[in-house]
Amino acid sequence: MTPSWEAAAVRLRERERWKSPETVFWCAALVAPFVLPDDHLFLSQIAILGLFCLSLDLVLGIAGILSLGQAAFFGLGGYTAGLFAIHVDGDPLLGLVVAMVATSLLGVLAAPLLLGGRDLTRLLITVAVAGILYEAANKWSAVTGGVDGLQGIVIAPLFGKIEFDLGGTVAYWYALAVLFLVFLGLRRLKSSPFGLALAGIRLNPQRMPALGVPVDRRLTVAYAIGGAVAGIAGALLAQTTQFVSLDALSFHRSAELMLILVLGGAGNLYGALLGAIVFSVAHHLLSEINPMYWQFWMGTLLILIVLFAKDGLTGGLSRLRDHLWKGGTAP
Amino acid sequence: MFGNTVRRILRFAIVGQIACASAALAAEPLKIGVILPFTGPYAIYGTKILNGAKLYLSQHGGRIGDREVELVTADDTGVAPELSKRLAQQLLIKDKVSFLVGFGLTPSALTVAPLATQAKVPMIVMNASTTGLTRKSPFIIRVSQTQPQVTEPMAKWAIENGVRKVYTLVADYSPGHDSEKQFTETFTKAGGEIVGSVRYPLNNADPSPYLEKIKDANPQAVFVFLPPGELSIAFIKGFKSRGLEAAGMKLFGTSLTEEAVIDATGDAAIGVITASNYSEPHRSPENDAYVAAYRKAYGEDRPNYMSVAGYDGIALIARVAETKGTVVTGQAFMDAVKGISWASPRGPVQIDPETRDIVQSVYIRKTEKVDGRLENVEFATYPGVRDPQDR
Repeated sequence: MTPSWEAAAVRLRERERWKSPETVFWCAALVAPFVLPDDHLFLSQIAILGLFCLSLDLVLGIAGILSLGQAAFFGLGGYTAGLFAIHVDGDPLLGLVVAMVATSLLGVLAAPLLLGGRDLTRLLITVAVAGILYEAANKWSAVTGGVDGLQGIVIAPLFGKIEFDLGGTVAYWYALAVLFLVFLGLRRLKSSPFGLALAGIRLNPQRMPALGVPVDRRLTVAYAIGGAVAGIAGALLAQTTQFVSLDALSFHRSAELMLILVLGGAGNLYGALLGAIVFSVAHHLLSEINPMYWQFWMGTLLILIVLFAKDGLTGGLSRLRDHLWKGGTAP
Repeated sequence: MFGNTVRRILRFAIVGQIACASAALAAEPLKIGVILPFTGPYAIYGTKILNGAKLYLSQHGGRIGDREVELVTADDTGVAPELSKRLAQQLLIKDKVSFLVGFGLTPSALTVAPLATQAKVPMIVMNASTTGLTRKSPFIIRVSQTQPQVTEPMAKWAIENGVRKVYTLVADYSPGHDSEKQFTETFTKAGGEIVGSVRYPLNNADPSPYLEKIKDANPQAVFVFLPPGELSIAFIKGFKSRGLEAAGMKLFGTSLTEEAVIDATGDAAIGVITASNYSEPHRSPENDAYVAAYRKAYGEDRPNYMSVAGYDGIALIARVAETKGTVVTGQAFMDAVKGISWASPRGPVQIDPETRDIVQSVYIRKTEKVDGRLENVEFATYPGVRDPQDR
């Protein structure tokens, strides 16, 4: 055991440790519905968007696979959960599991297409896969409802007891619980040997095979897990809004997700969540103030954030913290 | 005898209560939640419909009956059902609106339907045009049109005027499929023949190969449904430049030459025959007043079938208030709205008592140049048309 190895282990363990800002973050998520009693549905949709964004963070931020087609998984998860509720069983948790299985399968099937190429080719393939699913759902309107969307989804009470309510309170707690569990899993994964291998592949794809890392297999698994997370997010949205439309598969959704991740900061999981919160809240407030021209202000805001925090909100915040520490205002 | 007395006392009590309630409410504004796309590719729906709705209110001092009206607008950006649902929920819970109106596209209306049922708040659809939408909640009323409703008269007129061979071309999404189905059904049942049909991808900007194919099939006419805009404009221009018109073929459509796109289409639109529920040059005192007021308020912006639906949606609330003597909401509104009729700028309209869908005249128009402006000039009328798929 060399000292540098030991130092690296210490550093890794330090990185894995649960830190106090994290506790603050999740406590805020617990308190939010009491502070905003009228906005539970909105909060639930932020949680779902955050979960969706985590999937891209795993695929792009951690594994380095440039994907502009996460909506493929999101939509497939939504349609699977919706169709499962209509034709088989309305139980929400069972629906989540089925959606997760379906989307991870898609991930495994689509991965070989990706692995053949490099960054831009991969990007195009992810776009193409999502495009194919979009058109398939459009044409197969007998099953999916086409442009009109999938109607008639009835979701059974959670655990057979808790009914989903009009105000979205149950939807929020349900989405938050799922988000937290998935988050814990991804956090573990990130600092596991598997996660470190992914980071290695991202940073130096030529060197990893020389170290004996089966690059293709690692990336396939990462892509499938990322797909499953997006699928769960899609399923949650379908269940909590009882509706799925083609929009869930649209390019627009994938692109917006990329924007949110860049805004929040890629590769550290919290960037995805923070990006989703800031994006949603800004969208909500600006469009409420001015329903006609809010997109102008939204664009301005995004440009400002990118100008002042090139590595996203999380990057900007941590630099701000370092700056303050150096200034001697903190311990 | 005894029963009658009790009933009379009850009625008196109820009427008294309503009177008290409305007196208390008179000071409070009547809130109407407007959910429409104001940004993105469907922004035209939002702006035109809101123009219509605001026009009605400005003509009536911003009031319906004795209540001041407040429109609370929300942008659902087009096809974003979860956003539409969230906005509706917010309008219901936070803003406590008494009506939900708007709905540019079917998915947004569908996702809000269960909320209208739960909250018992009337939902007035001002554009979304899928058949059977009003069946999704007992609180939905539609004041716009359905695709089959305007397509059927087009097919009938074609048959009645000696057209026997038609080629259909529709956009490859639900409204297009509905148009194709309705036209084919009506046309072939009356003895016509569809010599070819094609579905046109929504992201296609070049109609040339399709036009060549149609030319080779040599039909008497082409029935086209494309969303008004880039696609429809390119098609109409191509129809002329590729010589289909010169070869004697006619171009039939529904919203193909509506007022929002007709100027951009230019002279190529002259001669196109369309069926629609509203035309700007429609001759009636109601429409003359409406068009004059619209031009005064919005200048160069032209009124079209969207803005008249926005106008009529608010007019409907006022019409019900007029018949009941006071503004009514919720279930009372739904009871009163069934079968109600009024004179709209587009002509006489009625809310079907059973389906709560609109019954209206559909006009066959020819695009012509009138005083230097392109206009859809009406020359035949099919009165009292219901959605043929839902009657």
